[in-house]
Amino acid sequence: MSEEPLFVQRFEVGGRDFVSAGKASTTIKAILREIGVHPAVIRRAAIACYEAEMNVVLYARKGTMELRVTPKDIRITVEDEGDGIADVELAMQEGYSTAPDEIREMGFGAGMGLPNIKKNADTFTIGSVVGKGTTLEIVIRP
Amino acid sequence: MEQYFHSVRIDRESCTGRMACMKVCPTQAMRVRQGKAEILEDRCIDCGECARACPHNAIIPQTSSFTDFSRFKYIIALPSPVLYGQFRKDILPGTILAGLRKIGFDDACDVASATEAVSIAVDEYLSTYRGPLPLLSPFCPTIVRLIQARYSNLIDLLIPIDSPMEIAAREVRNKKTKELGLRREEIGIIYLTPCPAKMVAIKYPPRKRASHIDGAIAISDIYYPLVSAIADMNNELREEQELVRGIGLSWPVLGGQVSSLLAESCLAVGGLSDVERMLEEIENGKLGDIQYVDCHACPQGCCGGSLTVDNAYVTRSKILGLVARLGSTPCQDRERIRELYQKNYFSLPGKIPSRPFAPLDKDIAKAIEKRKRIQETYETLPQINCGACGAPTCLSFAEDMVLERAACEDCVVLTARQACTRASAPSALSTNLQGVTGGSQLAKDQKL
Repeated sequence: MSEEPLFVQRFEVGGRDFVSAGKASTTIKAILREIGVHPAVIRRAAIACYEAEMNVVLYARKGTMELRVTPKDIRITVEDEGDGIADVELAMQEGYSTAPDEIREMGFGAGMGLPNIKKNADTFTIGSVVGKGTTLEIVIRP
Repeated sequence: MEQYFHSVRIDRESCTGRMACMKVCPTQAMRVRQGKAEILEDRCIDCGECARACPHNAIIPQTSSFTDFSRFKYIIALPSPVLYGQFRKDILPGTILAGLRKIGFDDACDVASATEAVSIAVDEYLSTYRGPLPLLSPFCPTIVRLIQARYSNLIDLLIPIDSPMEIAAREVRNKKTKELGLRREEIGIIYLTPCPAKMVAIKYPPRKRASHIDGAIAISDIYYPLVSAIADMNNELREEQELVRGIGLSWPVLGGQVSSLLAESCLAVGGLSDVERMLEEIENGKLGDIQYVDCHACPQGCCGGSLTVDNAYVTRSKILGLVARLGSTPCQDRERIRELYQKNYFSLPGKIPSRPFAPLDKDIAKAIEKRKRIQETYETLPQINCGACGAPTCLSFAEDMVLERAACEDCVVLTARQACTRASAPSALSTNLQGVTGGSQLAKDQKL
């Protein structure tokens, strides 16, 4: 049995880099389209990626996103260096947000990011260490 | 394999392989092989940018010519309102329609009045719709094709309202059939178009419903005969009472459609890169507080179409002048249009299918494998997107290599680098080119 096909690509995401914000998600979406993933699956992956990417841009110093695609699933791992989340359970609640006013001014920080990722993912795990950073693993199955 | 009809065709005789088309193509659908441009059919969205860029007019818009209509007994010109902005300011729409009758059309009918009706219908649709927002305007055929190809999740946001040209054509055919006692197929209705994409919308409407229009002639093809016909017209003909009016006149300019609506939170976007950014945001679930987005492939909207004659900005100012003069008097009775709307007079049944670009492979496992090889290949390329290989970017070249449409030797940078290695003489290249080809790295490697 030959090895299962696997596509891997890593993206750097800069904290507070609003010029490039969303570019990693756009590229991930383009790759999934080229591979021929079903549009409804791409949509879920795209929303989850975008929310995760924006969380790094809005709240962390910097981070990486890693895309892994196999015929069975699409896996996106996001690791950031930042303040971390003190109460993950609370952060997962719809409408809960620690966003400062300037982020809300920009139309973000409505407390829907993490719940939205969870809603679009088949499996979603989150780990965070205060003062160090947050790690998300998003799995989407066609 | 799906067949495609495209808005443009390459004349291989005239093509000299200068790659201008390849560099402007927004979907990377162009390749140059053995010195001739080729279109990857599934990727073309009919924007016509290639035809605009070609230095040799080797990319030919697939519009009709006058002789294509000899089979009809009676020929009616239906000019896009863009035509009204192509002449001196004192030449009003009524005169332009009279001029069209002089140059050989049996009749010429205004589309701006149908446009006003469609504008009211769009308002009705927006005010009664309860679903995800924003809705999208379906009137730029290139944008519809782009959405079918890359944003199939947004297809249902395209409102199911027929275009002004189709409504106008349907009305005039009904009217003339009765008036002249001709059969429907004896009347030829010809749209005078500002862009080649309309031809695709007429021949292959996205909802696969037959068009009411029989063909399209480029505005640029009838312009010169029309200008001289108008110049020859006596004042009597010219001073015929101006009947063309209404807010439909504003549609050719970017923002005109949106300004004709009562709905408040609408916006207009022009130019494919800005449209793509907007569609990405909508796909990411943003902009839900906006009701309607009118997207156009051309940055200035239809008045900047590739088959127009006058400068897009000048046309824009002339159209806005016309709107100031004639736009505020309605030509439609809103209540009557509402009643017609209720009877589905404007609605388009049927679903728009998704038409994605061909995936790397039908088998997803093989497609993943290929995408992986593309990435690996891409890492070995200079990543300067010089285009000399005949593909627009190093990434598209890597894809062509993996799909066996191109060979590694087609990369002039890698080939130059290898030549230097063989000659053990990176200095054979200028210092500048050593930087480009990675020759300076090569020099270091050789010292080791």
